[in-house]
Amino acid sequence: MGNIVAMILAGGQGTRLGVLTERIAKPAIPFGGKYRLIDFTLSNCVNSGIYRVGVLTQYRPHVLSKHIGIGRPWDLDRKDGGVEILPPYVGRHESDWYKGTANAVYQNLEFLEENDAELVLILSGDHVYAMNYNDLIDYHLLKEADGTIACMEVPIEEASRFGIMITNVDGKIVDFEEKPAKPRSNLASLGIYVFNYEFLKKVLIEDENDPNSSHDFGKDVIPRILRENLGSLYAFRFDGYWRDVGTLRSYWEANLELVLPVPPFNLYDPNWRFFTHTEEMPPAYVAPGSKVSTSLVSEGAEVYGNVFNSVIFQGVKIGRGTVVKNSVIMTRAEIGENCYLENVIIAESVKIGNNVRMGVGEDAENKLDPKVYSGLLTVVGMNSVIPDDMVIGKNCVIGIGVGPEDFKSKTLESGDYVIPREE
Amino acid sequence: MRVLGLILAGGKSDRLWPLTKVRASAAVPVFGKYRAIDFTLSNMVNSGIRKVGILTQYNPRSLMDHLGSGKEWDLDRKSGGLFILQPYVGPNREVWYRGTADAIFQNMTILRRGEEDHVLIGSGDHIYKMIYRDLFSYHLKKGADITLLVKELDETYNLSEYGIVQLDDDMRVVEIEEKPAHPKGNIAFLGVYFMNKELLKELLYATVPQGKYDLLLDIVIPNLDRLKVYAYRFDGYWRNVKKGIKEYYRINMDILRKEVRDELFYRNGKVYTKLKDLPPPKFTTTAVVENSLIADGSIVSGTVRNSIIFRNVRIKVGAIVENSIIMESTVVEEGAVLRNVILDKNCIVREGRVIEGDIELPVFEKRAVL
Repeated sequence: MGNIVAMILAGGQGTRLGVLTERIAKPAIPFGGKYRLIDFTLSNCVNSGIYRVGVLTQYRPHVLSKHIGIGRPWDLDRKDGGVEILPPYVGRHESDWYKGTANAVYQNLEFLEENDAELVLILSGDHVYAMNYNDLIDYHLLKEADGTIACMEVPIEEASRFGIMITNVDGKIVDFEEKPAKPRSNLASLGIYVFNYEFLKKVLIEDENDPNSSHDFGKDVIPRILRENLGSLYAFRFDGYWRDVGTLRSYWEANLELVLPVPPFNLYDPNWRFFTHTEEMPPAYVAPGSKVSTSLVSEGAEVYGNVFNSVIFQGVKIGRGTVVKNSVIMTRAEIGENCYLENVIIAESVKIGNNVRMGVGEDAENKLDPKVYSGLLTVVGMNSVIPDDMVIGKNCVIGIGVGPEDFKSKTLESGDYVIPREE
Repeated sequence: MRVLGLILAGGKSDRLWPLTKVRASAAVPVFGKYRAIDFTLSNMVNSGIRKVGILTQYNPRSLMDHLGSGKEWDLDRKSGGLFILQPYVGPNREVWYRGTADAIFQNMTILRRGEEDHVLIGSGDHIYKMIYRDLFSYHLKKGADITLLVKELDETYNLSEYGIVQLDDDMRVVEIEEKPAHPKGNIAFLGVYFMNKELLKELLYATVPQGKYDLLLDIVIPNLDRLKVYAYRFDGYWRNVKKGIKEYYRINMDILRKEVRDELFYRNGKVYTKLKDLPPPKFTTTAVVENSLIADGSIVSGTVRNSIIFRNVRIKVGAIVENSIIMESTVVEEGAVLRNVILDKNCIVREGRVIEGDIELPVFEKRAVL
């Protein structure tokens, strides 16, 4: 009997998250007060007893690599197995960037070989969910499948955003459509696969030699297995919480869902802990006269103002008289006194002066990139400094490392943006 | 400078009963997520000490569980690291430590081995933040045999509970009175010794076999004329949890002051402690929290004022907690009222129960159901 090896695809850029992913890979985005997105998949692995994990990085991997380190917070610092970061490398012939998800795994077949893989779990590093992979694996073994895809029923009107499975009564997948305009089913692929290693190796080598393939699991490999009847694929139905926080709005919503009295996603389950690499910080402090409700306020935070319906990360300071509402404030951000912030996402180490109002005024389309910056959210990129007395509207974006000198006036209309001047 | 750290953590402390029913005083929980020993241990690590021996004796289970392999302090090392020095049975030897000097004497091996030339001896009961490096260079500059850490204590300390020192103009210690009924001054010895390792070995061999077992009373005080014992002044926050429940309560309440938090949490390095991998504290729709510390994993739905809430606590809807210390995994059910009380870990306060303390602070032991 060989091993179960998990391959976590963590190279994604997440372009629709705008300034949040300008400097860091999507799996490294902070989430839920103290975590980063990849923590959920890594924790699911170790909670499922899977201790052989490869993390495939590509886009902006520094924060991610530092976060994972040798895997100590997840108990993945092992003598046998453990976590290994697998960045693209220069092969014998050319510089081999990962061309797609399938190519990324193809380029690391040697890693799977070394780990004596019998089953390979293909996972994404940027989903928020709790799943015991043993359920998926047991189903895969029961069906004697070559590959099994975890799926979830989604509202039919949203189905065209996903890869959609068409199955027979036995759960065997008979057809697959990637982001179909007219979906024939509402069973969506979660991008979570388990394959028999020998089968996976064979189809990946064939895919690599196919000049017409873009080397992606969803677009190329799965459809070809079905089209050419290369093996049996089954759909495993998952009915728990699962989110792909691909847009700013969905990122914001998924964070704020955590503060609900009975949240759909439970961080507090003692039997399914999520592990992360965090800085050592003292407990959160709430000052006299402050009001804090329906919120997460993480360690090291010092709240002198009022916080409603928000997620406050570690080490955040909120000044006297300030109101923070429906917002996500990331690690070490400092907000001055008498500010009013509503529907904002503030990235790490941002400094906001006194008497600043953000997320106020009329709705207006964003002028920089309305596809990314929408949903009435105002976003501030990491390390920016916002001067005193600023009034900033809705759907605004302030880039990374913006300084007080970058603001032309004390008002930033809804939909406007500030990006740092070129050096 | 190569320094061996030793932490005296064997203390029983009846004055902290019932908090010390299940643990040594060095392991009493403080400030929502720490144990008393975290401060001295972090100070040593932050000062570059890479080898630390912890002398334990009284009920060490909880302390050992807390320290583990020393991973959180970066002391899980191939060279140096953390050594737990427990009393043990050997040929021709007594089992229990009969005093602080005896405790170190019985572990002579850690002094004999290793390349360190100095020893810093601290206590697991003291709450303060300090980088010892200036003390080290002071010791060398003075050409001292022993350097003791001292502090001028204000009226919030009961001086007759401390060792009161008399100094000459050069800061040389001329007299130490341990717990004097009528203290002659207000400069107290803080229980931190720094000395040459060879000297410590000699002093121990000269004293302990004579049946004298206390480091301060039998080694330092009788040798004040013969040895150059100097005092190094510390001016920061320093308190000893072992001085009783009221002092323990006071120390915890002190952390609600910004200047104390800034000093203890953010100055002179971090305070390390055992990690628990808990989610951020949650404040639900009905939560009212003022002037309180809330540790991770806790969920607050009731009212909390002027209190310390440890990890994984549940304060349910309608419950009121004021001026209290609520330790890990305790549940305060709906409508319960707690004022001026200390609840140890894993307690349950039933619905609607009202417990109010006054000057006498009621303390409820671990797993109490109220």
